[in-house]
Amino acid sequence: MKPRVIFAGLLSLAIAGALGWAVLERTLPAENLPERVAQAMPLSGVEHPITAVLLNFRGYDTLLEIAVLLLAVVVALALREAQPDRPERMGLENPLLRAVMAWLLPLILITTGFLLWAGAYQPGGAFQAGSVLAAGGLLLRLAGVTTAWLDNPAVLRTGLAMGLLTFLAVGLLVMLPGVPFLTYPTEYAGALILLIELTLTLSIGLTLISLFRLTPPYADDPEEARDQPSSRNGGMAS
Amino acid sequence: MSGALVFAWSGVVLFSLGLFGFIVHRHLLRRLLAFNIMGSGAFLVLVGLAQDGRGIDPVPHAMVITGIVVAVASTALALVVFRRWYRASGRTDLPEDT
Repeated sequence: MKPRVIFAGLLSLAIAGALGWAVLERTLPAENLPERVAQAMPLSGVEHPITAVLLNFRGYDTLLEIAVLLLAVVVALALREAQPDRPERMGLENPLLRAVMAWLLPLILITTGFLLWAGAYQPGGAFQAGSVLAAGGLLLRLAGVTTAWLDNPAVLRTGLAMGLLTFLAVGLLVMLPGVPFLTYPTEYAGALILLIELTLTLSIGLTLISLFRLTPPYADDPEEARDQPSSRNGGMAS
Repeated sequence: MSGALVFAWSGVVLFSLGLFGFIVHRHLLRRLLAFNIMGSGAFLVLVGLAQDGRGIDPVPHAMVITGIVVAVASTALALVVFRRWYRASGRTDLPEDT
């Protein structure tokens, strides 16, 4: 056995032991967070505690998370090569997929809307809705439906940045009466959260679709790519 | 020890397995997979510990959902970078430091 494997095994076992012991012997947090969240719920504008924490009590985390998403997609955009998304490279040649898409797509859109709306009072919200939306977009793309409108830089950038910009704008606008950043007035909190979640859903969905589109099925092999740039085989096999 | 800790224990096991794979494997895709398994373990520990008899704590749950989204984005970004690396160098691993 290689020393690397032995080292990795010992280290993993040691960390598993330490973590397991920590889980067993943990102390209760001094702050009773569930109770504090429950007390503040009437002020949050929504009825589900996780959505309240995500978008109201700890809105900063979510704001920075959206910024991280935007950063990831900007870096991916910067790293892409000049590869126009030509139709012959896009779809799987599978008529069944196209036929099923006609049935699936409305369901996906309804599910997206439901998840977004449900976030106010049960598990759901912008992230789940955005992921489902992105899944729909990826299926469309795999079925060979054109997504060329996403190549328009203005449309793409607006869509990607919309969630973060709306979040920031709302956070800054509520400062006008003199309260801290991201402190929503109670009577408008529900509507503001819904507005933020709606734009977040669209931006998250678009971000995930863009990250996928930036790596089209396409020759990866350095040799092959030089010889025939439009070849479809390749991949990361090694 | 209670049944509620099952999730935290599973998270510990997943984290250690991921760490083992992350050290042992050199192929970048395998490393990325191992790293994601580690991340899932960490999320599971956080969610599993978010119950202490005083009710379920929504704060770690919100943190984990934030973390999942960031993990998805960083995985996608890592894949983009790996493909560029492979096209540029023809290698699927990084030159070893040692």
